[in-house]
Amino acid sequence: MPDEPIVQMTGITKDFTGVRALDGVDFTLRPGEIHAVMGENGAGKSTLIKVLTGVHSPDAGRILLDGEPVRFHSPGHAQTGGVSTVYQEVNLTDNLSVAENLFAGREPRLGPFINFRAMRRRAAALMADIGVDLNVAAPLSSYSIATQQLVAIARAVDIDAKVLILDEPTSSLDRDEVAVLLRVMRRLADAGTALVFISHFLEQVYEICDRMTVLRNGRLVGEWATADLPENELIGHMLGREVEALAGIERRTAEHRPASTEPLLSATGLGRKGSIAPFDLDVHPGEVVGLAGLLGSGRTETARLIAGADRHDAGGLAFDGRRVTGHNPRTAAARGIGFCPEDRKTEGLVGDLTVAENMILAMQAARGWARAVPPARRTELVDAFIDKLDIRPARGDLPVRHLSGGNQQKVLLARWLILEPRLLILDEPTRGIDVGAKADIQRLVAELSDQGMAVVFISAELDEVTRLSDRIAVLRDRRLIDILHEESDMTTERIVDTIVTRGGAA
Amino acid sequence: MSPAATRPGTGRASAYGRRLMWPLIVLAALLIVNIAVTGFDFIVPDVHDGRLGGAFVNILRRSAPLLIIALGMTLVIATKGIDLSVGAVYAIGAAVACQYLLTRDQTSVGTVATAVALALAIAALIGAWNGAMVAYFGVQPIVATLIFMIAGRGIAQLITGGQIPNVADGSPFVEIGRGAIATVPVPIIIGVAVFAALALLTRTTALGMLLESVGGNPEASRLAGIRSKGITVLTYLIAAACAGLAGIMGAANLGSADANNGGLWIELDAILAVVIGGTALLGGRFFLLGTAIGVVIIETLEVTIINVGLSSQWQFTAKAIVVFIVAMLQSPEFRAWVLRPFRSRRTDPAPTEPDSEKAPAT
Amino acid sequence: MSSSTLTERPTRSTLFDGLSRYIPIGATVALLVAMYLGGVASYRNFDNPQLVADLFIGNAGLLIVAVGMTFVILSGGIDLSVGSVMAFSTMACAWLTVEAGLPASVVVPSVLAFGLLSGAFTGAIIHYFNVQPFIATLAGLFLYRGLTLQISDHDMSIREIDFFSWGMERVEFGDPRDGGFSLPYISFVAFAIVIVAFIVLHYTRFGRSVYAVGGSEQSALLMGLPVARTKVGVYAISGFCAALGGVVAAFYTKSANPLAGVGLELDAIAAVVVGGTLLTGGAGFVLGTVAGVMVMGMLSTIIAFQGSLSSWWARIVVGVLLLAFILLQRVLARSGEKRKG
Repeated sequence: MPDEPIVQMTGITKDFTGVRALDGVDFTLRPGEIHAVMGENGAGKSTLIKVLTGVHSPDAGRILLDGEPVRFHSPGHAQTGGVSTVYQEVNLTDNLSVAENLFAGREPRLGPFINFRAMRRRAAALMADIGVDLNVAAPLSSYSIATQQLVAIARAVDIDAKVLILDEPTSSLDRDEVAVLLRVMRRLADAGTALVFISHFLEQVYEICDRMTVLRNGRLVGEWATADLPENELIGHMLGREVEALAGIERRTAEHRPASTEPLLSATGLGRKGSIAPFDLDVHPGEVVGLAGLLGSGRTETARLIAGADRHDAGGLAFDGRRVTGHNPRTAAARGIGFCPEDRKTEGLVGDLTVAENMILAMQAARGWARAVPPARRTELVDAFIDKLDIRPARGDLPVRHLSGGNQQKVLLARWLILEPRLLILDEPTRGIDVGAKADIQRLVAELSDQGMAVVFISAELDEVTRLSDRIAVLRDRRLIDILHEESDMTTERIVDTIVTRGGAA
Repeated sequence: MSPAATRPGTGRASAYGRRLMWPLIVLAALLIVNIAVTGFDFIVPDVHDGRLGGAFVNILRRSAPLLIIALGMTLVIATKGIDLSVGAVYAIGAAVACQYLLTRDQTSVGTVATAVALALAIAALIGAWNGAMVAYFGVQPIVATLIFMIAGRGIAQLITGGQIPNVADGSPFVEIGRGAIATVPVPIIIGVAVFAALALLTRTTALGMLLESVGGNPEASRLAGIRSKGITVLTYLIAAACAGLAGIMGAANLGSADANNGGLWIELDAILAVVIGGTALLGGRFFLLGTAIGVVIIETLEVTIINVGLSSQWQFTAKAIVVFIVAMLQSPEFRAWVLRPFRSRRTDPAPTEPDSEKAPAT
Repeated sequence: MSSSTLTERPTRSTLFDGLSRYIPIGATVALLVAMYLGGVASYRNFDNPQLVADLFIGNAGLLIVAVGMTFVILSGGIDLSVGSVMAFSTMACAWLTVEAGLPASVVVPSVLAFGLLSGAFTGAIIHYFNVQPFIATLAGLFLYRGLTLQISDHDMSIREIDFFSWGMERVEFGDPRDGGFSLPYISFVAFAIVIVAFIVLHYTRFGRSVYAVGGSEQSALLMGLPVARTKVGVYAISGFCAALGGVVAAFYTKSANPLAGVGLELDAIAAVVVGGTLLTGGAGFVLGTVAGVMVMGMLSTIIAFQGSLSSWWARIVVGVLLLAFILLQRVLARSGEKRKG
């Protein structure tokens, strides 16, 4: 029976110290199909995959593999059970040869010794089998990421994978490389392997996948055959309408629009190869510019270029009418540009330091190490911002890692607000935090822009972007495709429509 | 997140107290053992020949060079680094100072001051080189400082021409190691002064906080606009200058500079003292006071071994045991393993980032 | 489906990629040759073959220890305890045969087994308790030096034990007075270790896992390689080699010195790095380590021939060589990163 599911997960629930990452999710995978798991940041895709491959053990729910209940306790264990994963960062060792990577741990041997000749022969056959011809004796590091990706797939297939999970395999590949990868995937599916495909490139998903499972906020939205789910409906399901009542923040109206015509920041042809195509963008004082797009559309990359976190290799930037040279986080801060990065824990906060120290970090960096912020001034500032942003517990001497996500985000915001920046760039400031803190941060953004601060605001939730923004830059496939500015354009539908209709043209 | 991380109400001061608690208990235990064996004379200072003496004061006096090196090492380790070259720099510092004095007027305070300044400057230069290798060339600290660890003693011998230069007993130079000011031995005064200077330097300026920030999260520090390269170079420079100073003190105490054996293995003792003092080898929060206690523990340990009647050969073994215990106590895996029988069921640690589905940064 | 065939050759020629791995070891060998030719040109009798043979006599112990260190460094670790373990095993050989009167045929295998087990224990601590190799082996450095000193704080002669005269018995190759040379058995022990190490590293699963773990421990784990066994294994090998180095030292000096091998761990690390092995692990060759040991031995030889140069120049030159190799590897790594874009 071909339709007998190979993997059946039912009622999977997983909690991480207070946060429910998965809530009763069902997932079914059939042999010979390519199945996409879709969702934004925090939707639970990764957690679902990690539960399946034994990285995490589920708190509730059942996993059936080939009809048998299983519980893997490590990725290696899952691999022997027939479930292999190929990750975005290729998990091979690039100091060894292609052949060695393919057969690491199970090399053909003559007595106790590795039979290199047989290994190379089998490796070449294996690669030829999936349609790739390369020198298997060369070190893996001499090949492109795309080829390394294919080697990883070949390895997984050869370990008799019944289920092959591809976690964002295409995000660093170019068009031709993607085409080869997709062909290999189809070939494997035709041979009966079940594939799970995770990608934020919608056209790839539509091109290759038979079926999709959509997750949002740790819950299952539904499962559809690809043919039955048009792109705009899919995006609607992924981004969804938050049912949370974020009272008190009304849609900004035209009166709030700044009158100033001189842009505070103006990017012309700004771009970085492999990260974001050159784009033009102006930000005026007192204006909130939203960056909207799906995960991986280039919204974070755009923000990082403007903030000086990454170096641009095309175009230029003008701030306050003057050309910007030597753009980096330090000079950006000196100009009055504050940047709250996407990942609070790894790029934003220093977990060991206290709330107060994290708050004054940027100010201190600007002053240099020799001129410490005077203790009195520091206490005054920290207390003021703890109070203003309602940070709880209201103590500056606590290590910041002890705080909840929402409060950590506020500490990060305070770090820049203390410097009184003229432009504040917020990359997903409301991600993974509770509703109360979310509302606080939205209110704050509105308030700051009313006071004349320019804000660049990124959120995966389109409602939030439309509610706060004066203008919205829409991105897709690492390209800025449109800037919506009419009052009537500030709707979720309009953004989704832009992503869908303008996407193909790019 | 460790279980402690979810417990509220642990401010900086109490965190400091908790970190210092174990070293203090160990030190107290060692002192009690010594007092029990040799009587209260162990701890009570006495005065003879116009300066403080007594067993414990002598321990402190002997601790001074190691203390100074360990304090510098603390700063380096706070930045996620390590400095293996301090023992060799110790030898170079000693060699430069003694060799300079060898052919000059050793009784002149000015000459002695020049010798000391010269030795410190050369040590600082080596430190700046180490720091530049780490900060600008991106060489791992352990590798970068290995170069001078190996070559340094050769350089020291080159300076002394393979001899052991002696400084006459009448020279003001030897007072640095043997003298006393207002009955307090000079090494203790220097040790306390360096401790105070570094504490002030790191805690009244923002240097300490920025060091901890760079060591705790380099990327976040970069995005906050911190000039981490300059800070890194400064840190290695301080550590090497401290090592040079310790070398001068050691040479002054002996009245000579032994390029081969002066400060041998002191880098290992210094690292040990830092770790005992509660500063993690992975960088971040550092505790100068903890390091100071760690140094006194190490030096007291050596005396204790003799006092309890063990042969002096036991000191290495005892140190090994200390290293082992400290390493085990700092290993979360070991604690989990020991506590496992007491846990009812396994709980998954939270992922470092709930659902990490970041788009690639490149 | 010929249309779907992707043909990709390495971004640069295969030849180059094959070679870029050999640049560091090539540099070492070139250096060695240059030193030798320089010596031959400058000094009389430098071309005596015994001179090269002598490199493998005085340095036999170092060579064995450095081979063990190569395993550890290739896996991405470091072992500071080797000098102490070596001194301890020499001392243990001496004490057990001279004082305890045990037969050498029992003592030597026991000492080697002890080195192996103690290394395995260190490796287990490092792997299972996630203790940094630096700290875990630092404990070993102190421990075995302490134990050595506790056994005896002065030299202990083993001249009376017949067994230990075996090691320095020489095998002659040609007439020593007429272009021939001779080597003692300990040199052959060292050669045997090198050959076994070479075969293990390049032709067994264990050896390839060592490279894989050094390349990326995380990846090795996800590829299902036996990471625990590999990491414990490399420290066990290093412990064994250190113990064997100690036994060879017993043969060579026919006495046990409690302070023998102080700083030997540094010489071993330097030899490995000068031999072209990446200190961060994953790349290098055990034959490079042989070349590294020879370079260091050749340095001392040249300095001895020169006469006017003092012994400390050897250390300084080794430091300079280290610097050169570390910078060379940085450059190669950076160009590798650029190539991948």
